[in-house]
Amino acid sequence: GSPFVSLLLALSCCQGLHHNNIDDYVEAEPVFQASKYGSLWPLPQKVQISEVSFKLSSASFRIVDAKASSAGPSCSLLQSAYRRYYEYMFGSAKKQWGSKNNRRSDPSDLTELQVWITSPDSECDGYPSVTSDESYELTVNQPVAVLKAPTVWGALHGRIYSIYFHCQIISYFPFSKSINATIINDFPRFQHRGILLDSSRHFLPIKVILSNLETMAMNKINVFHWHIVDEQSFPYLSRTFPQLSEQGAYHPYTHVYTPADVKMVIEFARLRGIRVVPEFDTPGHTQSWGKGQKDLLTPCYSGSKPSGSFGPVNPILNTTYDFMAKFFTEISTVFPDGYIHLGGDEVDFTCWKSNPDIQKFMEQQHFGEDYSKLESFYIQKLLDIVASTKKGYLVWQEVFDNGVKLKPDTVVHVWIGGRSDKEMSNVTAAGYTTILSAPWYLDYISYGQDWQKYYKVEPLNFEGTDEQKKLVIGGEACLWGEYVDATNLTPRLWPRASAVAERLWSAKNVTDIDDAFNRLSLHRCRMVERGIPAEPLFSSYCLHEYKGV
Amino acid sequence: MSVVTSGRYTFPNYNLVFFIFLQLGLHSVEGVWPLPQSITSSPERYPLNPQAFYFTYGSQSAAQEGCSVLDEAFKRYFSLIFPDYSSGRFYSEVKFLQWKNENTLSVSAGQAYLKAETVWGALRGLETFSQLVYQEDFGSYYVNKTEIEDFPRFQFRGILLDTSRHYLPVQAILKTLDAMAFSKFNVFHWHIVDDPSFPYQSRTFPDLSAKGAFHPMTHIYTQLDVRRVISYARMRGIRVLPEFDSPGHTQSWGKGQSDLLTPCYSGSTPSGTFGPVNPILPSTYKFMATLFKEVSSVFPDSYIHLGGDEVNFSCWKSNPDVRAFMLKMGFGADFTKLEAYYMENIVNLTAALNRTSIVWQDVFDYHERHNHMLAPDLILLHIWKGVPASYEAELRAITKAGYRVLLAAPWYINHISYGQDWRNYYTVQPLNFSGTEEQKKLVIGGEVCMWGEYVDATNLTPRLWPRASAAAERLWSDEKQTSDVDKAFPRLKDFRCELLRRGIQAEPLFVGHCKHEYQGV
Repeated sequence: GSPFVSLLLALSCCQGLHHNNIDDYVEAEPVFQASKYGSLWPLPQKVQISEVSFKLSSASFRIVDAKASSAGPSCSLLQSAYRRYYEYMFGSAKKQWGSKNNRRSDPSDLTELQVWITSPDSECDGYPSVTSDESYELTVNQPVAVLKAPTVWGALHGRIYSIYFHCQIISYFPFSKSINATIINDFPRFQHRGILLDSSRHFLPIKVILSNLETMAMNKINVFHWHIVDEQSFPYLSRTFPQLSEQGAYHPYTHVYTPADVKMVIEFARLRGIRVVPEFDTPGHTQSWGKGQKDLLTPCYSGSKPSGSFGPVNPILNTTYDFMAKFFTEISTVFPDGYIHLGGDEVDFTCWKSNPDIQKFMEQQHFGEDYSKLESFYIQKLLDIVASTKKGYLVWQEVFDNGVKLKPDTVVHVWIGGRSDKEMSNVTAAGYTTILSAPWYLDYISYGQDWQKYYKVEPLNFEGTDEQKKLVIGGEACLWGEYVDATNLTPRLWPRASAVAERLWSAKNVTDIDDAFNRLSLHRCRMVERGIPAEPLFSSYCLHEYKGV
Repeated sequence: MSVVTSGRYTFPNYNLVFFIFLQLGLHSVEGVWPLPQSITSSPERYPLNPQAFYFTYGSQSAAQEGCSVLDEAFKRYFSLIFPDYSSGRFYSEVKFLQWKNENTLSVSAGQAYLKAETVWGALRGLETFSQLVYQEDFGSYYVNKTEIEDFPRFQFRGILLDTSRHYLPVQAILKTLDAMAFSKFNVFHWHIVDDPSFPYQSRTFPDLSAKGAFHPMTHIYTQLDVRRVISYARMRGIRVLPEFDSPGHTQSWGKGQSDLLTPCYSGSTPSGTFGPVNPILPSTYKFMATLFKEVSSVFPDSYIHLGGDEVNFSCWKSNPDVRAFMLKMGFGADFTKLEAYYMENIVNLTAALNRTSIVWQDVFDYHERHNHMLAPDLILLHIWKGVPASYEAELRAITKAGYRVLLAAPWYINHISYGQDWRNYYTVQPLNFSGTEEQKKLVIGGEVCMWGEYVDATNLTPRLWPRASAAAERLWSDEKQTSDVDKAFPRLKDFRCELLRRGIQAEPLFVGHCKHEYQGV
């Protein structure tokens, strides 16, 4: 009778969908069984787990820098990661009953994890980038485990806790945890593994963002796509244009991100190997910009008179481009990542059409009645401005669809559902790198285990050459904010986004949905144990239920 | 105050009074959710000074200081109204006022009066009063001159939580009870056990949870836990209705009680699996009698929910002893008769304990087929199946047969979808079926069900609120006054911000913001 067996029984007796207006008796849906990979999530590229296991005790176990490592005690990124993972394994130091004990160790104990950064430059003080090497090798054997990684970014992913898969079962015995002898060789399938959070439709307090960054790290997600402003509100406090948030935020003090807040988010993310890619979406989705920046938006006309309402950014004024140049200069210094997301989606042309000055401009430019040409005109100028700040950019797919001339390193973000495979095919055929979000709009909810739908997506399932497929650098799960704020964001995102995380990290042939269910069940309990309210997959339990009620 | 033992509020008349010291001002009234039956407010407003404000009992009130329900409620509502003031005087002074025979809340210069027949009515009035008070940006509290007369449209306004498919820590249940009181729900239907786990720790049969809970130590409700839930609910005017669902949905029972479940057969040999409760053994009824005796002593409410839904007959059919019993009883091959036989026994058992049984509609559907009826005063039926057309037909049939009925079918709130599904819960018309006035009176209320397949403490609260509040207004308020869902939208939006302010993580209805956003994670 190991506790594992009782978990197995508890899960296997679930009798279908009670009371779901389904008259026919439904047999048990998923039946939990222990995966041979325990709770590993996302599944490493290569993993060998032996039957031999070692004990881990909080009194004797240490995470240390290997002698040959290029990162030492001065690498605060690693030092704080060691502490974080030690506490995840054994609870916080305050709770340590055995902390006063000497470092006594049993012969069967695993006493050390040595972390060995092999490149001359550990990148310890840098920022993660799209080209960062995230690979690592982990060998768990007696008396020490070794984690080898070229850079700190890989080391973050190889934290011992991820193979510490018996935690679900044994962790309620305070000191004794165990780990199997294991060899792992791991690297991500895709470089760009992102999550989009929308802080405009609802303001997200910093605490919520930080705790989700923490959870992203547990899922080896490496990009936080911060859709920071949109129609509804402008919470980003700009040093150059403070009136944007003063007038455009839901509240000028309580519902804004100050420069210090933004810095905190970026550093918190960096310490977890996560890039922060900000999105400042134009020319549409900009109603909130207009409140603090006069003449930025196009005045809409009703007949021959201004109607008093405003449309997208006004593309025909020089002042617009002066503003954008100053604004994006600020953004390029505030956000260290090499990329900025420039949006460019869903531009509504009716206001432009109504405006006589715009009509005149269209004539001068010989655009005829094709307003997508006007949009392209705007985007083109904007891209040139941003390129001059030495940043790369991401754009939503419409920008590509409209034939805007893009820099070769532009990333096209595919989001429109239905025929996204065709779009992926077109974008890559034109030689652009791309990321996929269309199948991963997690704000769309439905009853039941929709994580399976996200899990079954194959991002390279489109017509194209091998060269084209190489241009797919990853994907993003999007949690748009119409119906999401701090109250429900975390349980709505996790573990559904974990399904996307494995799809983007693990090998293409990792598609066994039953094995995924078994590992993901344990992985979600691990998140819960770490204080993250990740919602359940199906009837069952975690040894440590969520306590944050 | 004596302990609540019944859903019928037969306490003597109470009268209590608020005193508020006032000045004149101007402001429009914020909404109350659910909408009172009658509300008149004026732009005239009065500031509330937390240092001077207090609740007290009217001199003619039958309840006086020492009435635990109201003493506690005064404290609670003081903190809800003035979150910045954690302590203060609540009820130290008693003022004399004429008692009037009405259920009213009246706020006017100097004082506010709340008159209610019972403490339970007074709790609802306090909730309403707390929603009338608002705080301006610079921190001052105000209430407008208001007259309210109020009573619930339906006497049974419930929420079902399922603690078997996922264990809900007691803290999560208590938090839900708090939020229920804010929406004037008055019944907590505790679907405490089911197939996946048996977390109720029985005094008489401790093996049920020792072997049937997810974990025998951490995933159970002890007697103390249950008492705590009941007393916490009582303080908020909420009845606790326990459900021990049988004969189906009982896999977890079988682990700790051998021979309770029917052994299934594969051909002529037992297959090792078990089906519903075994209805042919006298030991079954002896066990049930003992268990329900305990349940009726632990749970003071006069109703017990007996379940009776979704019985799978295939195991019974496979068992030769069950088939022999069928033959003996003259049931032929109609296993619904066996189910009816079992339920009748269990209903009689609880009737002997002076409890009214609530059963899911399946029991009626089976009995109806063979005119083998249980007396209408013994049971109350609970409709859970179908789309409007089918539950309306069921309402018609059940009430025509003279049974009291509860409606849950349109409020299966565990079913989620993208967008503002609260509108569907709001626009339900519970009495929209063809039937006499007498029949309509038999609809005693409705219930919001949060089944637990995909819900535990991590997502319960935002999934429940404010969606359940939409049903709360349907069950409390006048249907004509609340028929416009678009008019309800801004009121519900404000109410959900008020829930946030009170620490309930109610999810947003749509884009926008609250002054006090949720500060947890």
